[in-house]
Amino acid sequence: MTSLGLAVGGSRLRISEAPTLEMYGCMVRIRLFELKLQEIYRSGAMPGFIHLYVGEEAVAAGVCQNLNQDDYVTSTHRGHGHAIAKGIPMGPAFAEIWGKPNGCNGGRGGSMHIYDPSYGFLGTNGIVAASVPLGAGAALGAQVRGTKQVAVSFFGDGAVNNCAFHEGINLAAIWKLPVVFVCENNLYATETPFAKVTLNTDVASRGPAYGIPGISVDGNDVLAVYEAAREAIKCARSGGGPTLVECKTYRPLGHFEGDPGIGYRTREEIAEWKQRDPINLIRERILADGLATTDKLAAIWSNLEAEIEAAYQYAKSGGEPDASTVEDYVYAN
Amino acid sequence: MREIKYADAGVEAIQEEMRRDPTIIYIGQGIGPREGNYKQSRGLWAEFGDHRVRDTPISELGQVGLGVGAAMAGARPIVDIVFLDMIMEAMGQIVEQAATIHYTSNGKIKVPLVIRAAMGTVRSTGPHHSRCFYSWFAHVPGLKVVLPASPEDVKGFMKTAIRDDGPVLFIEHKFFYNKKGPVPEEEYAIPFGKVRILREGSDVTIVAMSLMVGKAIEAANILSQEGISAEVIDPRTIVPLDREAILESVKRTGRLVIVDEAPAFCGFSAELAALVGEQALEFLDAPMHRVCALHTPHPFNPVLETAMLPSVSKIVDAARAATRG
Repeated sequence: MTSLGLAVGGSRLRISEAPTLEMYGCMVRIRLFELKLQEIYRSGAMPGFIHLYVGEEAVAAGVCQNLNQDDYVTSTHRGHGHAIAKGIPMGPAFAEIWGKPNGCNGGRGGSMHIYDPSYGFLGTNGIVAASVPLGAGAALGAQVRGTKQVAVSFFGDGAVNNCAFHEGINLAAIWKLPVVFVCENNLYATETPFAKVTLNTDVASRGPAYGIPGISVDGNDVLAVYEAAREAIKCARSGGGPTLVECKTYRPLGHFEGDPGIGYRTREEIAEWKQRDPINLIRERILADGLATTDKLAAIWSNLEAEIEAAYQYAKSGGEPDASTVEDYVYAN
Repeated sequence: MREIKYADAGVEAIQEEMRRDPTIIYIGQGIGPREGNYKQSRGLWAEFGDHRVRDTPISELGQVGLGVGAAMAGARPIVDIVFLDMIMEAMGQIVEQAATIHYTSNGKIKVPLVIRAAMGTVRSTGPHHSRCFYSWFAHVPGLKVVLPASPEDVKGFMKTAIRDDGPVLFIEHKFFYNKKGPVPEEEYAIPFGKVRILREGSDVTIVAMSLMVGKAIEAANILSQEGISAEVIDPRTIVPLDREAILESVKRTGRLVIVDEAPAFCGFSAELAALVGEQALEFLDAPMHRVCALHTPHPFNPVLETAMLPSVSKIVDAARAATRG
């Protein structure tokens, strides 16, 4: 065990048994997207607040690799990674976060309220734990209509003591809804350590309390996440009901961009987790196993840099919305 | 015209719609085999089964949250909260999620969700089972709010609510469930946004909602014996509100009495007064009067409860004061 309490090695999967290079690409895509956002945000060009997904890429990539375009995702205030991994094109995503009218939902929502139903993406969310009943509900919609779609609810350690978590999971369990509940446990809810406000910090152990399986994985090992999510999604899609998957991970940056993130954590803790950067971890295994060369990985990286630059330019060209549209869509009819 | 119970009118509407559209589901506590606390879901589970009529534990937040999610994912849920008081547990899912999604998604996602509950006083149901805070939902952009006061209105509005592509608060009154009234045999739906004028008059406009409509009519009958001709209007849909009809009436009579079972301060009665003050001030011949519940929680003892609530005599007194001089 490392000093972080994680089992060394993580997944039992060989990297040749998984779409590893695809997931590596997804993780790098998310990382570069978030770093570009950070750069533009710091320049003062963007309104509002952003909560970056840096350090947690293995969770979004590993889970969403198992999803189809018409599967549903409900997300959190830290959901850019989910949006990208689910397939929302980066230009409209960047523009949405920037509040531009060419954003995927017209700049109406911004970072914490990204919606794109053509990818089943039913929202990042400013309300912690709302993603639990909403994702269970999306699964209910699929069950009612008799389709084979599944839903994934992403939420953090900050959600698991909230009523919405309890009620949403219980209802999903009794109705065997096709949903997977993924907890990104990064040990802090804003500045509050999870261990300070919870006696039982084993999130996965809550699953059996509702009669569903609970799995805990190393959230920085993309193959471990992929494997657990694959089994849970297969179970959901075949009518076996929900699973609670706890992914132990970390955010090396602050809670929001502008938060130094060190007042409530030690620099030693942050440094130790940076040693386990999920992109570096899988990169080492890819190279060690000979799945790709350093040149190939560098090419993936630079192609993605170009894509992100194009996304930024797309967003930048967005202008401002027509203010007279402010009252549109209050009611559906 | 045939007469059926208020509860059965709702059941007919829901049944007809569920037969027509397989994506409609009904979720709530005790609404399956028990058929609902007020028999408001009688026969639904027997006809549609567990797949579409789902009994839940006591989880209003979860019920509504799942309703929102299912509505986003192609279903058309009806979530039955049973007692309006219990809706408090679900406020976040209604106000922050259901009401905002269509707007925030720039029109890309619809939330065709009906949230059904019964408000108001039946003798001594007490502080936690009697409240009438429907105005809170009217205050939230994105929500429609319906207060049907008759079996005919229940059936017609329930169909419209189910067919609406957005979130609708369908707030019945628990006192009405066993009361019968005329309901057409043929299929019909009533569009939102039109008042019902119960009684035409020329001296004073009385606007009343839900259970207060009957009290306003009784008061109007008493007033007519004193030579005061009262017009009684039921807005029926708080959102969308038929402002034109209310203003037209007040411009004609020059006097307004508002009757509401909810307290006056910051209630819907205040909105009506503001509407008239803003758009018909010069037509008023007297100050407006609001006959509302006192500003207290809801007491259990029947004497206290009666003292707290509007009454026919309080309405008559207000109309007399409005028409005097």
